[in-house]
Amino acid sequence: MAENIVFHFDVDGEDFSSAGGASVTVKKKLRQLGIAPEYIRRVSIAMYEGEINMVIHANGGSADVIVSDDEIKIVLTDTGPGIPDVSLAMQEGYSTARDSIRSLGFGAGMGLPNMKKYTDTMEIDTELGRGTTITMTVKIA
Amino acid sequence: MKIRELKELLSAELMTDDTTLLDGEVFNACCSDMMSDVLAFVKDQGVLLTGLVNEQVVRTASMMDMVCIVFVRDKTPTPDMIRLAEDCDIVVMKSAYRAYEACGKLYTSGLVAREHHN
Repeated sequence: MAENIVFHFDVDGEDFSSAGGASVTVKKKLRQLGIAPEYIRRVSIAMYEGEINMVIHANGGSADVIVSDDEIKIVLTDTGPGIPDVSLAMQEGYSTARDSIRSLGFGAGMGLPNMKKYTDTMEIDTELGRGTTITMTVKIA
Repeated sequence: MKIRELKELLSAELMTDDTTLLDGEVFNACCSDMMSDVLAFVKDQGVLLTGLVNEQVVRTASMMDMVCIVFVRDKTPTPDMIRLAEDCDIVVMKSAYRAYEACGKLYTSGLVAREHHN
């Protein structure tokens, strides 16, 4: 691959039923690029969880996926409330999601742990009242 | 287990169009109404049994490369969900059995979850 390939998506925070659409699209694009299925699965699950989180907690945001020769980078940016305690949020089972979200099948406190589990690196840059940027990479070489 | 066999065991009604996909194999099963729990376990060619009805069920199954979704307790997926599943080559069916019974039938018929690979 001579140059990086970049996919950009705006994630609509208003409509839960459409949440995850960007991840489905990324999965298809990565398949077209001939990326190995195991890497595609890890990237799309991590991005999907992040996308859902942006809709649940931050009223949407943006997602960028950058494909280079040796890694796939996912950058999720929102202008939501920020994460008050990142180490707490990283614990499996800890959730601040509303009951209405749980009734939709999310808010089990597995989002951030799953994102970390399926990626090789994950950095969370968050500021209360300003928003959160999560950068994840999956090595593909 | 072939998806066709699974359908018979659960007396399930096929909701998606492509009957050729019934010849596909499932090697694992996962039963949950919490999609993040489903996303925590990578398994190959699995079937998802759930009583939750929304589009995120189909997207979750797609992310996990699952090949079949069974809605238990006769829960009926929406036309949008069925279209989305067909677009992802996922077989969708519904069964009158409750989740516990449906899982029991599949388990005792040999669909025993393999070790996950991740």
